[in-house]
Amino acid sequence: MATTTVPGTTRHPGRSGPPYPLPRRRAGLGRKVRDNLTGHAFLIGAVLCFAVFSWYPMVRGIVMSFQRTRRGETTWVGWDNYARIVDDPSFWTAWQNTFYFTALALVLGYAVPFFVAILLNEFRHAKGYLRILVYLPVMLPPASALFLFKFYAYDPSEAGLFNAILTALHLPTSEWMQSPGMTMPAMVLASTWMNMGSAVLIYLAALQNIPGELYEAAELDGAGIWRRIRHVTIPQTRLILALLAMLQIVATMQLFIEPLILANGAGTGDSATSVAYLIYQHGFFQNDLNGAAALGVIMLVVLAGFSAVYVRLTAKQD
Amino acid sequence: MAQDSGTRTLISQAQLTRGRGRVVYWTLLAVVVVGFTLVFIGPLYWMVTGALKSGQEIAQTPPSLFPKDPQPQNYVDAWTNLNLAKLLFNTFYYATGAVLFQLVLDTAAAYSLSKLRPVLGNVILGLMLATLMIPAMVLIVPQYVTVIDLPILHLNLLDSPFAIWLPLVANAFNIFLLKRFFDSIPADLMAAALVDGATPLRTLWSIILPMSRPILGVVSIFAVTAVWKDFLWPKLVMPSPETRTVSVGIYAFSGGTPMNVVIAASVIAAIPTVVIFLIFQRNIMSGLTTGSLKG
Repeated sequence: MATTTVPGTTRHPGRSGPPYPLPRRRAGLGRKVRDNLTGHAFLIGAVLCFAVFSWYPMVRGIVMSFQRTRRGETTWVGWDNYARIVDDPSFWTAWQNTFYFTALALVLGYAVPFFVAILLNEFRHAKGYLRILVYLPVMLPPASALFLFKFYAYDPSEAGLFNAILTALHLPTSEWMQSPGMTMPAMVLASTWMNMGSAVLIYLAALQNIPGELYEAAELDGAGIWRRIRHVTIPQTRLILALLAMLQIVATMQLFIEPLILANGAGTGDSATSVAYLIYQHGFFQNDLNGAAALGVIMLVVLAGFSAVYVRLTAKQD
Repeated sequence: MAQDSGTRTLISQAQLTRGRGRVVYWTLLAVVVVGFTLVFIGPLYWMVTGALKSGQEIAQTPPSLFPKDPQPQNYVDAWTNLNLAKLLFNTFYYATGAVLFQLVLDTAAAYSLSKLRPVLGNVILGLMLATLMIPAMVLIVPQYVTVIDLPILHLNLLDSPFAIWLPLVANAFNIFLLKRFFDSIPADLMAAALVDGATPLRTLWSIILPMSRPILGVVSIFAVTAVWKDFLWPKLVMPSPETRTVSVGIYAFSGGTPMNVVIAASVIAAIPTVVIFLIFQRNIMSGLTTGSLKG
């Protein structure tokens, strides 16, 4: 924070501290806290909530993953929980499905919003209306939106919305959630429809920050629309693009409510089981909270790996 | 309409208003407006009208565009059979509490971190922001275990609204948004208040908060929609039928209820957030972009 205040007034703005700079002396932590009692009193509520519901569970999750609680007795079991979780026949399928979903969602849910934003940014009319449209599904409760997809859009008969459209266009219809091959694409479609609004708005804001002179200069140099996108738009929004890619990977790796509602959890032939769903299954149905915690730690490690790659890649570019 | 004509984008203004460019522009605009309306409003229309159809009509091929014999009874059934009044009241109650807790505790914390500069303030802020990196699914099991047996107090918060309110206070994004806003309030104002003998609380109440109305609005709206949209956490910590939220309640009934009634209930459940959005869309969009862009 900038310190452009009247000298000697704000080092201790609280009443409990004198309104002039204290001579530097070595004071204990307790004394420092007492000097600025109000400051700490204001902080305590939120810090307690973070401590109890965020910081402590983080540590607890790691500890739990090396313990086993049976009939109220907790013992240390080393890597047993991890071994049991990896032995689950659904473990590798769940990871495969989750990665497949993440990859598909990157193709569809990442590129589409960017081009939609570029398009919307060019329009001089109906901008507000289009923005509201794109963001509207984000505001629906996901359960509501997913029931709409489950019952009306993905109805495997020709009465379903999508199949009716396909029939009208003389295209082959699909069984959607009933066919293992279509499960993931169908879930990605629903998820992209529900969530792309926020990405579009963030891109739009980033696009508005690009200085117009860059486009003008590129145009004078004879660059067409595609080359302007490649050499001006993308480099200028690079940081936001990278950040949203990272956020999207973290979000899609936690795929949960889509399989739960659209595919009743596992889907046809385990085609919808996700890692998050497996955590839920182990923790709350198979009475194996320790195994679920271990799977959570595995997920954390995998996502931390992604973050590390992301940090390296973005650090190199700068 | 004209507000943007000053800034240059990918394609120049001149190119869009002349000859071929103009034709392409208007065609593209028309296609996009119609296409987006179909893609984003179409399913909602299908949902609202589909829930008005009879079980027979919904199964017919090809499907009908308008309900031939509208059955408002589906909505009535949804309202009474699923006890939607109770579910909506619960959700509303949790959302209100979440707003109050977040406004009071997160504002106080952000004010302290921004203006009162407590010892280890930056460390605490760093630890708070670090939680943004932890995926929610990773914490779900240990958080649940914590809530059913709070450390030291040994309280069980299952079915208590505090199980929703308190974890939501631990929202680093809110604290970050608020702190950034408070940082932009000049320190001179604080100094002036101090000279006049105002306590920190008084300064917060009479000077900072009145200036912060827009950001407080954004935080409140996000708090309401977060509670309304959340699914897994309320499903876990509000297990009994009397305390369920509306999304969880509909899910619980979805197995044994006719499809059209489930959809009718989903429509009713979506109305509050859609209305909030249409009223506050400006604040929501500005909050979304300022918060994420400069992070």
